[in-house]
Amino acid sequence: MLEFRKEYFADERDENLNEIGKPTQRQDMVGHVTGTTTYFDDHKLAGLLHLKVLRSPHHHARIRGIDTGAAERAPGVRRVIRGADVPRNLNTLLSLLNFGKDDEPTLAVDKVRYKGEPVVAVVAHSEREAFEALAQIRVDYEPLPAVFDVEEALKAGAPVVNETYPKNSFEYHGRYDHQKLRFGDVERAFAEADHGLEERYQMSPIEHAPTETNGCVAAPETNGRYVVYTCAQGLFFSLDTCAKILDVPSNKLHFVGGTVGGGFGGKVDSLTEPLAILGAMLTGRPVRYVLGREEEMQFGSPRGAERIYVKDAVMRDGRITARKVTSYFDSGAYTRLSSYAVIKCAAHIPGPYTIPNVHADVYCVYTNRVPATAMRGFGVTAVDFAIECQMDKLAHLVGIDPMEFRILNAYRDGDMKAHRREAKNTALIECVQVAAEKAKWPIREEFRRMSSRAGGGGARAAVPHTPGTPAGGARPPAPQRTTYDRPPQPAQAPIFEPQKPSPSPPSPRQPTPAPATTQHGAARFSSVFGTRRR
Amino acid sequence: MSKTPVQFRHNGVDVAVFVDGGANLLTAIREGVGDTAPKFGCGQGTCGVCTVLIDGEPHLSCITLAEAVAGRSVETADGLKNGPDLHPLQRAFMEHFAAQCGFCTPGMLMAAKALLDKNPAPSRAEVVEAIGGNICRCTGYEPIINAVLAAASAGPGRQRA
Ligand code: FES
Ligand code: FES
Repeated sequence: MLEFRKEYFADERDENLNEIGKPTQRQDMVGHVTGTTTYFDDHKLAGLLHLKVLRSPHHHARIRGIDTGAAERAPGVRRVIRGADVPRNLNTLLSLLNFGKDDEPTLAVDKVRYKGEPVVAVVAHSEREAFEALAQIRVDYEPLPAVFDVEEALKAGAPVVNETYPKNSFEYHGRYDHQKLRFGDVERAFAEADHGLEERYQMSPIEHAPTETNGCVAAPETNGRYVVYTCAQGLFFSLDTCAKILDVPSNKLHFVGGTVGGGFGGKVDSLTEPLAILGAMLTGRPVRYVLGREEEMQFGSPRGAERIYVKDAVMRDGRITARKVTSYFDSGAYTRLSSYAVIKCAAHIPGPYTIPNVHADVYCVYTNRVPATAMRGFGVTAVDFAIECQMDKLAHLVGIDPMEFRILNAYRDGDMKAHRREAKNTALIECVQVAAEKAKWPIREEFRRMSSRAGGGGARAAVPHTPGTPAGGARPPAPQRTTYDRPPQPAQAPIFEPQKPSPSPPSPRQPTPAPATTQHGAARFSSVFGTRRR
Repeated sequence: MSKTPVQFRHNGVDVAVFVDGGANLLTAIREGVGDTAPKFGCGQGTCGVCTVLIDGEPHLSCITLAEAVAGRSVETADGLKNGPDLHPLQRAFMEHFAAQCGFCTPGMLMAAKALLDKNPAPSRAEVVEAIGGNICRCTGYEPIINAVLAAASAGPGRQRA
């Protein structure tokens, strides 16, 4: 049962809410219970063709040759698609924000970098005929050594997973192999601390396992556009991604969606849309590309695994005086959204606590695993797991109740956070108080009376002296506005035949402004503009 | 590919469809009959989103041969309501927030209907058993179990004949 604790922050609200706090029936519920909600695969299209892809059986291999001759002649096959048929066969999802370099092909050309990477697509009259044709494709692979461990991947001499990033790590601010966070002087705090605690935490990759697998249906419309019925979670993000890969203006694409059979972050990568649209362009017919269950579980991108080292300094009275985090985010073979998750992670450290000395190095690492993607709080979830485990251990170490220990170290309004934003609208203390009450967990009266609105700011609002940074602490530059630059278009784009692709994948586009400013992700992705009280 | 005719009752109406040899019932219903209430989630009998009733018994249509239902009666979630009136299970699912994305719902409803048709006053354990083959990734099973129990306690008087 939902419960509103209106006694908290009561003076900050008007009590004139018309909807909040009152049950309202969801407008999509009747469709759900009558089985009439229309998911992407419930659209009926005449002359529908089916697309299936051949996937790499190797974690890492050079492609010496591909023979699709027999598949092209197989019964029911309308078209075989290879990397050279994809107009811009190199993309990175966040290029729409000028963040990162194009590093992932739609269909592999020279190398495969993870097991399950798409190599060739077949469009046929039935799924069965498409599968039978795939079985006749011969790919000559030269297997290469693979790397699966984030720390191994960063060692000198490790196999290079993705040539776009030869050090196996994403490049931040155009030059760093990791995202840094520096606040105060952790080394001094460690030297002066009563206790230290260092632990290692390892997360697993997690599959979203939506009941509806990833997929879409693309079809030529009568007005020269292509309609795409899709389960994409970010409909317009996917539209622009497809427009870039297929090298068509985005007004040539008409995306229909918003009804997703479970996503949880696993449907933001445009895994199927570019090939389905290309199939429709090349055949002039509606094309359906849906992942099977095994493909979804094995090759649909998971939540990336993270390895996190946390070292804390704590005083006998329970104050945490330093937190040092080194974290490795396993991006898999390509960037997708992991570069952004790393920035979120760095901005979140040291968690919802005010700690005067914080130091973090967070790496986005390439390995020969399936590329990772978004999943419910990615970038923050894993580091929070590590931090909260660490909080329990620290409380135990100094002999303080874990609930009181959290309240003692909680951030409060007006405190300076490690990434140099003032803490506003904080409510951790109140959350812990209510959690303790619900769990019938006794906490002392003085902790029951503490408030997020008292005791913050003042000396806690200052940026401490931070070795290696300008005095007073550097402020982040104002967020940059950027646009995605399109290449010049031919006057008339053919309708069913895409332009003849150039034989080699186009080189990654260079962002026009200097990389040092355009790649400043910390400012770009900052989402801390909410003000409740100021 | 040669086609085989199959005739069966679909939600109380006689239908006939042509299927490929070896085609499954899910494809016959979705593509042949045009009823998209049963969903495809795995095609291998592990998720339950394709659950339909054959002569009142729950079956996974993705691993049932279409030809096997010739002359039999098939029910899907599309046939649950009576004209504009929702079935008690449908009302209970709405009231108890027993669906989020809704993709598992048609299968859940049919598994629950098979139970309530035979056992109008099931225990909680019997409800859990009945939907044990249906995976839901969003809602959590508690609201679904509560909805089925609520539909049952609404009593046989509210059940459709
Ligand atoms: S689709 Fe039939 S059990 Fe999953
Ligand atoms: S509501 Fe999404 S799977 Fe059940």
